[in-house]
Amino acid sequence: MGKRPMNPYFGGVLSGILVVFSVVAAGRFFGASTTFSRLAALVEGVVAPEHAASLAYFERNGFKVDWQLLFVIGIAFGAFISSVVGGTFKIQAVPDMWRGRFGASAVRRGAAAFFGGLLAIVGARMAGGCPSGHGLSGVMQLVPGSLISLIFFFLGGVVVARLIYGRGA
Amino acid sequence: MNDLLMGLVAGLAFGFLLQRTEVLRYDRQLGALRLIDFTIVKFMLSAVLAGMIGIVIARQMGLVKMDIKATVLGTNVIGGVLFGLGWGVLGYCPGTAAGALGEGRLDALWGMAGMTVGAMIYAEIYPFMSRGLFAAGNFGKVSLFGDVGLGDFLWLGLSLVLGLGLLRRLELLERVKR
Repeated sequence: MGKRPMNPYFGGVLSGILVVFSVVAAGRFFGASTTFSRLAALVEGVVAPEHAASLAYFERNGFKVDWQLLFVIGIAFGAFISSVVGGTFKIQAVPDMWRGRFGASAVRRGAAAFFGGLLAIVGARMAGGCPSGHGLSGVMQLVPGSLISLIFFFLGGVVVARLIYGRGA
Repeated sequence: MNDLLMGLVAGLAFGFLLQRTEVLRYDRQLGALRLIDFTIVKFMLSAVLAGMIGIVIARQMGLVKMDIKATVLGTNVIGGVLFGLGWGVLGYCPGTAAGALGEGRLDALWGMAGMTVGAMIYAEIYPFMSRGLFAAGNFGKVSLFGDVGLGDFLWLGLSLVLGLGLLRRLELLERVKR
């Protein structure tokens, strides 16, 4: 296991096969964003229990330990094990490309990441899924709304990337 | 219980693949959004096409129960753009944020905290999603497989041609940019 990355086509095909196995064996397509609604219900249930109980959305997406929560935890541990074994694990608060544009401030990067994540999940829950739920699972089932969502994920992302980094490489 | 174990195993394997291909790196995700490094698009499209082949075959054998999200143009488009704007700033999507944290990227933790707060905000605005522009173009739970007349194998063939054609174009574009 060297530091050279795995070929993305190879890794992608294996991931597609993995989804099929998961669907046939467990009846589960991949998805990740619902977990953040369930986590939000958990936190708000502690911080403001009466208000949380009044929200229809949390009634539908209350906290529970389910397949998807374990899936998301599994992704974190899978990446942890893989990076430690491959020698690529690295504690880093500011990504290289970001550092080149905005400098080494972890606070600035952390604040941007927080608001980016906030906006992203509002969008994902509104659209009904994220790049896993829509992009992988929905598009492989040829769901029109998933394909449309995926296209607009990229359009929004390309616009912001251009605003942040400007034109070209 | 078995269901939870299956989720953990699928996550572990997916996390391994995301990490080894570097798809969960901020630099790779922004590389794609800046149209200079299409690693994540190659990964995603090959996963979709391989998965689609498997799903079509397993469907013929009666092994698959489809899990289809409703197509609602209003929320798909508005939510899609909002997601994209946030994604371009964060540089991780919900699944890859967890993986990035796993390989030591601490900014992903801030992103995940933001996602949890964002989900609280969404719970507040959720009642508006059934109104006005948000609810426009509701086609319900449809898939081109089964619901629109061409037959599974024809749709699969068409998808393969389009998907592989797009990958070829991206390879050429990447070569020009380097």
